[in-house]
Amino acid sequence: MPDFTNLVTYVFLFASLNFEVFLLMTYFQNKENMKKEEELVAQGVKKYPTVTIIVPCWNEEKTVGKTIHSLLNLDYPKDKLKIMIVDDGSTDKTWEVIQKFKNNPQIEIHTKPNGGKYTALNYGLSKLTTDLVGCLDADSYVHKDTLKKIVYYFQDRETMAVAPSIKLWEPKSILQLLQKIEYGFGIFTRKMFQYMNAIYITPGPFSIFRKEVFEKLGPYRHAHNTEDIEIALRMQENGFKIVHAHNAFVYTVPPNTVKKLLKQRIRWSHGFIQNAKDYRHMFFRKKYGNVGMLILPMAAISIISVVFISSVSIFNIIRSAINQYVIFRTVGFNPHWPNWNFDLFYVNTQILTLLGLATAIGTITFVVISKKMSEGKLDIGMDLIYYLSLYMFIAPIWIIKAAFNAIFKVDTKWR
Amino acid sequence: MNNSINWKQYVLSFTITAVIFITAILMSNYFAQKRVDEIRGIQDKIAIDTLSSETQFSLLEESSCKDVGTGSLSTELGTLEDKLSYTEKERGESDIEVQTLKKYYFLLEIKDYLLMNKISQKCNKTPISIIYFYSLDDSCADCEKEGYVLTKLRETYPDLRVYSFDYNADLSAVKTLISINKIKSELPALIIKDNVYYGFKSVEDIEKVVPELKKMKTSTTTSVKK
Repeated sequence: MPDFTNLVTYVFLFASLNFEVFLLMTYFQNKENMKKEEELVAQGVKKYPTVTIIVPCWNEEKTVGKTIHSLLNLDYPKDKLKIMIVDDGSTDKTWEVIQKFKNNPQIEIHTKPNGGKYTALNYGLSKLTTDLVGCLDADSYVHKDTLKKIVYYFQDRETMAVAPSIKLWEPKSILQLLQKIEYGFGIFTRKMFQYMNAIYITPGPFSIFRKEVFEKLGPYRHAHNTEDIEIALRMQENGFKIVHAHNAFVYTVPPNTVKKLLKQRIRWSHGFIQNAKDYRHMFFRKKYGNVGMLILPMAAISIISVVFISSVSIFNIIRSAINQYVIFRTVGFNPHWPNWNFDLFYVNTQILTLLGLATAIGTITFVVISKKMSEGKLDIGMDLIYYLSLYMFIAPIWIIKAAFNAIFKVDTKWR
Repeated sequence: MNNSINWKQYVLSFTITAVIFITAILMSNYFAQKRVDEIRGIQDKIAIDTLSSETQFSLLEESSCKDVGTGSLSTELGTLEDKLSYTEKERGESDIEVQTLKKYYFLLEIKDYLLMNKISQKCNKTPISIIYFYSLDDSCADCEKEGYVLTKLRETYPDLRVYSFDYNADLSAVKTLISINKIKSELPALIIKDNVYYGFKSVEDIEKVVPELKKMKTSTTTSVKK
């Protein structure tokens, strides 16, 4: 049994190390391109396309006002930007709050019976008159340059969608700070996926699409409460190009309690698993490029490996606890004080340990590059310490729960 | 959209990963061999210590007890046991290298035991040692617990010499030790002051059988104070 466990762990370690090497190679191949891209983006565009931003809201009375103000503050020609607020049957004072914007010529206000986020988006899409369309959740805010930077990428006629970089809005607590690193990590990987033509999520907040995407592929689908994964996979399936504007920032309010975080992440992970199941025909198919041959299989493998390695770790922890209990019952409380006589003999140099170390070095390298990309500098703050010490204990919880929900067909809720 | 795949990058990343894997395997084997070498070094040192003490004992046959006190016994038997158990855990019981090291270790234990008996006779003392027979297979449910008890005793009384032997060891010297003491296969089995005890014995049980242990503790504490 231990040999089988070791063998499976080797396979997972090989796969994740191989993926890390692949990503690092992609980074070093495109490092210069990325710099050039930033310079070109900074020069801006000559002709601004018309854009509609749909703000779907359901019981967002506290944050919707700030979200709309951040859109109104965008550095973008007023006559080219339309803000469409769709109240998805809120039961709080959201409708009253958004009334104060009804006289603004840039803003349209709509209300409809509650049907879920994707129905609110589709309601907005049905009234679309502009070249581009995007959405901004009512708990997210945009930087004033963001839209300008994003539309730069639409100068390429092939580009059908542009995903922004998502950062956290004023992270303060331990839980929020550890998410800060994770979001930075997301910025790095999404950019690498762009160079591989393999972006498989167009994040809900402020991903911008050409109107043709919905005209040709149809509206948003329910998609297990993760329509942002489904639409990206549908685009990839149909060969639509998605790029990432890595220096166009959108801010989102992170969950501030473990319960809320778990709920959000279970929904994301469960959504990915279900969408991957719906698009399983793309796996290991050459015609879907890197997304089919590498990214989707790796995303699935990472979920399976987290479930497997966490289960083995839990089993080992239980076994060790039972062992300690037997020792306690046999010889009583027997504390072993740390032995300060360090002996190299006892340093663990097993193959799994050395490979784990190599994988960890790869992960830390990513964190460093991600921090430089998202913050423009590398500072070793508490966020990094929290991430490295806590993330590995929290993340398996939502991945295991999402896998459980997917296997036993338990539905996840938006909230 | 250009969906072409850069196979060269796939092959290159696979090769780099394979090189990292092979390097990890080679490094791990190198360090494992270093460990085995270190254990062999300790074993050789114990063998030399034991031989030296035996020779010293023969030379001073007619001398007084204080010239050949228990200080002549090797102090590294405990360190060797710890390192050997660690290596056994890491490489597995069935590893040939581990089995060879264990046989050598059992021989050193027997030699140390014999020397200790000789010294005790010379000094007219009852030797305080425990010979412990265990089995690694599932037939001995209490062996693991007995191991914890003996570890605890060794930690509490550093001067107590505990000699542990695998009952099923394929080594004639161990088999002889079993036959001359008429040890049955009802494990765990302990030999304390020439008496054989079968089944699990707690710390208290052993302390009751060897009341001298309490004195030993006092003397150890005193020596630390000095």
